[in-house]
Amino acid sequence: MAAATPEDSSSTHVEKKSKQKLSKRYWEESKNPEQKSKPEEEPSKPEEEPSKPEEEPSKDVQIQNAATVKERSFKRKKGESDQPVKEDPFPGQAPIPTERLQKFRRGEKHKTPAGAGRKLKEAIVFSESVSELAQKQAARYDLLLPEDAGFLEGDDGEDTSTISQDDIADAVDITSGSKYFNLDLSQFGPYRLDYSRNGRHLLLGGRRGHVACIDWQSKELMCEMNVMETVNDVKWLHTEAMFAVAQKKWLYIYDSKGVELHCVKKFNDVLKMQFLPYHFLLATASATGFLQYLDVSVGKEVAGIGTKLGRLDVMAQNPYNAVVHLGHANGTVSLWSPNQREPLVKMLCHRGAVRSLTVDKTGMHMVTSGLDRKLKVYDIRAFKPLHSCFLPAGASCLSLSQKGLLSAATGDVVQVYKNACGSSTLSKPYMAHRLRGQVCGLAYCPFEDVLGIGHDQGFTSMIVPGAGEPNFDALDTNPYRSFKQRQEWEVKALLEKVQPELIGLDPGQLGKVDRASFEQRHKERVEALGFDPLAKEKFKPIKKKKGRSSAGSVEKRKRKVAHEDQRDVIRQSVQEKMQRQKEVEEKSKEKRELGMKTTLDRFRK
Amino acid sequence: MKVKVLCRNPDDYVRETTRDIQRVPRNYDPTLHPFEVPREYTRALNATKLERVFAKPFVASLDGHRDGISCIVKHSKSLSTVLSGACDGEVKVWNLPKRECMRTVQAHEGFVRGMCSRFCGTSFFTVGDDKTIKQWNMEAPGYGVREEPINTILGKAVFTGIDHHHREGTFATCGQTVDIWDEQRSSPIRSFSWGVDSFSCVRYNPVETELLASCASDRSVVLYDTRESAPLRKVIMQLRSNTLCWNPMEAYYFTCANEDYNLYTYDIRHLDVPVTVHMDHVSAVLDVDYSPTGREFVSASFDKTVRIFQKDKGHSREVYHTKRMQHVISVRWSADNKYIMSGSDEMNIRLWKANASEKLGLLSTREKAAANYNKKLMEKFQHHPQVRRIARHRHLPRDVLKQKREQREMKEARRRKEQNVRKHSKPGSVPLVTEKEKHVVAVVE
Repeated sequence: MAAATPEDSSSTHVEKKSKQKLSKRYWEESKNPEQKSKPEEEPSKPEEEPSKPEEEPSKDVQIQNAATVKERSFKRKKGESDQPVKEDPFPGQAPIPTERLQKFRRGEKHKTPAGAGRKLKEAIVFSESVSELAQKQAARYDLLLPEDAGFLEGDDGEDTSTISQDDIADAVDITSGSKYFNLDLSQFGPYRLDYSRNGRHLLLGGRRGHVACIDWQSKELMCEMNVMETVNDVKWLHTEAMFAVAQKKWLYIYDSKGVELHCVKKFNDVLKMQFLPYHFLLATASATGFLQYLDVSVGKEVAGIGTKLGRLDVMAQNPYNAVVHLGHANGTVSLWSPNQREPLVKMLCHRGAVRSLTVDKTGMHMVTSGLDRKLKVYDIRAFKPLHSCFLPAGASCLSLSQKGLLSAATGDVVQVYKNACGSSTLSKPYMAHRLRGQVCGLAYCPFEDVLGIGHDQGFTSMIVPGAGEPNFDALDTNPYRSFKQRQEWEVKALLEKVQPELIGLDPGQLGKVDRASFEQRHKERVEALGFDPLAKEKFKPIKKKKGRSSAGSVEKRKRKVAHEDQRDVIRQSVQEKMQRQKEVEEKSKEKRELGMKTTLDRFRK
Repeated sequence: MKVKVLCRNPDDYVRETTRDIQRVPRNYDPTLHPFEVPREYTRALNATKLERVFAKPFVASLDGHRDGISCIVKHSKSLSTVLSGACDGEVKVWNLPKRECMRTVQAHEGFVRGMCSRFCGTSFFTVGDDKTIKQWNMEAPGYGVREEPINTILGKAVFTGIDHHHREGTFATCGQTVDIWDEQRSSPIRSFSWGVDSFSCVRYNPVETELLASCASDRSVVLYDTRESAPLRKVIMQLRSNTLCWNPMEAYYFTCANEDYNLYTYDIRHLDVPVTVHMDHVSAVLDVDYSPTGREFVSASFDKTVRIFQKDKGHSREVYHTKRMQHVISVRWSADNKYIMSGSDEMNIRLWKANASEKLGLLSTREKAAANYNKKLMEKFQHHPQVRRIARHRHLPRDVLKQKREQREMKEARRRKEQNVRKHSKPGSVPLVTEKEKHVVAVVE
């Protein structure tokens, strides 16, 4: 793993592993203490050993005391005569399943190019072996992950979508059961919501101004207020200490106590927001058609792009490459990066307006729904539709979980689909839940089997078994981190903040060889500089003294040089001409030689 | 109905007591770590910047000499001892960790031209302008006892350099001839000359111990075998070489410091073309010494800078200078591969780190791991323009910078002129000569 940092060594699992190994060795020793040094040689040894036990000490380097050596060899003799040595039925390391290895593969193997020197070949072989080792170790470590994903299975003939949330909450343990709850907030709805990156904190924003943040697992209210304005969207920033609220006119930033930190007047009429956590960018889409990026670490606007595509109220980010997807009223979806004034890609997805869209975490699939009541799944690496289905009411909100469960809100019903991003079309929903009001916001809680639903009548937290990633990486996102750990993480994350210039369709671009030709690079350079650095300077005659720089003589000198370039060109063209002529002559000569032959020539001696 | 919902026990993820270390469960799934390459690149960029920030190579200055330092010698057994000879004939023995002078000897009248430590580290030899070779005990004499050499040999002419055999009790001096001496005798056991009036440096090969190389004033570097009566061969260059040093690991290579601002690494098996030409100095190079690993060497120059070169790279990786340091006359790389000593005209010996941004002292495991990780990252992204720009940048004194520009311009002009000559003469009459071939005049067997 590229993100593997020096802290690896402090990981508890590594300790566990080493402990296990230790105990294993002790165990082996307690059973047959003689075989400790070289288990690989075991099968070949037994025949030789009884005949020449004197050789033992030389083999076993660790033993120094001659007396103990004798004792040991004697023991071994005895042991062997009693019972045969057990052979390891599974010698060597356990094999790793190929699909697990596949999961950790990064790109194709390097091939040694033809004509590569010894040094290059060695370097390639070495780097390949290192990356293979890393891949194998990561795959082996996968076995040791402590948690398993959740699931829901019906009895024979039972449809899982008919199982109610109450039944599930009853069937599971109390802690999990308490994750299904309703918040009755009928006054200020409908509600938008956002979970923090580690899934511990929930941010609710009612359209009529109610904003609350909650530690939802302990149900502890962190702050609650009414901003006395319309709230269009709410979003956590990089930690749970700050959040952004898009209000009627401007964008506001509050801290977790509800204190207003900033009012960003450069960002007006914001309808939807997305936070790019690795870039520390808050992307906002406004009613006036502007897509703006705010760098929250320095408080500067990185880019403001006038999309000229009307009101932007459908927005999603691609977590794989930090590209922002916008859905438009004419049925197109456009992809944006802060570095380009035009969309990276524009694709026509629906016949009516796009109502909602979402992208999965691997950045392979995009799911959209439109006013034409269709739900479509796209492969956004190839920009091709995979499959589509017709939902009678059309989906107003979409969300994909970490494990790839798709939830779609149609009116007041939320349906969850499994394998939405597979090749087959959507069939029966995996789960369904009816709410008391129109759904306005949908979000899966990261690292939990929970789907948060914001609607007219408040907020519902719904249990969706199998939605969340069971094993988190504590160096990246840790739901159980302490205050100190959060501080540490924040500093590290800020240090490795990815610059907005690196946002593009392929995030791995930086690691690849730039194969642009010299001409192309030169062209780009000329464009960037505004002049051609390699252009030949115009000849400037030296100023001579004593009247030798009269206009006439300067002109004469210029004329001398003026022919230089021309002569070069002429020389070259003449040479080429000669070459061509020569070739033609040779060819005609060959032809003539062939042509002189007649059919009768073959009988000639 | 069968159902399982994710439910973690916080006890598995939170440390038990406050004295415990925090638990950090890992999951190496690539999808949980997006932006691998951009984040690594950012780390590499930060690491490069920090490397430049922490590049503080100057460790200490040893002052006490009353004239310019003419030579520095490492103790062959002890890391902490260094000997230095000055232009007023004084020799000082230094303790590096304490940074103080342990002993002062008025060894010669006039310059101390050369010094060397015996391979066993019990004594050292000095030669000076007073035509004598003196052997001194490494131990200081007792209180009240006068400093007296163990042995003094009177020569016929001025000696300019000395080097001791790496295993046996013989040593070589140079002056008007290259002489091989036995420690027990007062006259040379062998004397080499090859139509040359003087030599400036002589060095024993550390591996093939009977092999000897010397720099002569007729612009040549001469190789000898002490078992034979005549020199082996010599290579004549455009300008004179001042000193040379054998590569201690690949002892068929030696590098010589030349008056034409360059250093040349030669393979003794193919003397006709140097293996590498090391350019960057803007004035005559006065001394050179290899690191004990044989991967790098350090050079001292008249342009008041010390530069570190990689053995197979044409340009230096590092340049050291201070405002007060004058012409650097001698330089040595310490035997633990960590420090560099430079002795200069203004009477000071300076101690530098060999790796400018390295942290000295004991490192914790995490520090070590972080340093290794950063090193690897910098190596991985070294060709990216941003990273390269930062990693390559060095501040230079204005004089050096100006001269560098000037010389670049001169070189360019020379190249242009040659091109024009070639253009206007008969094809093939002006041959293309590579930079390496330019500087060798002849090889004489």
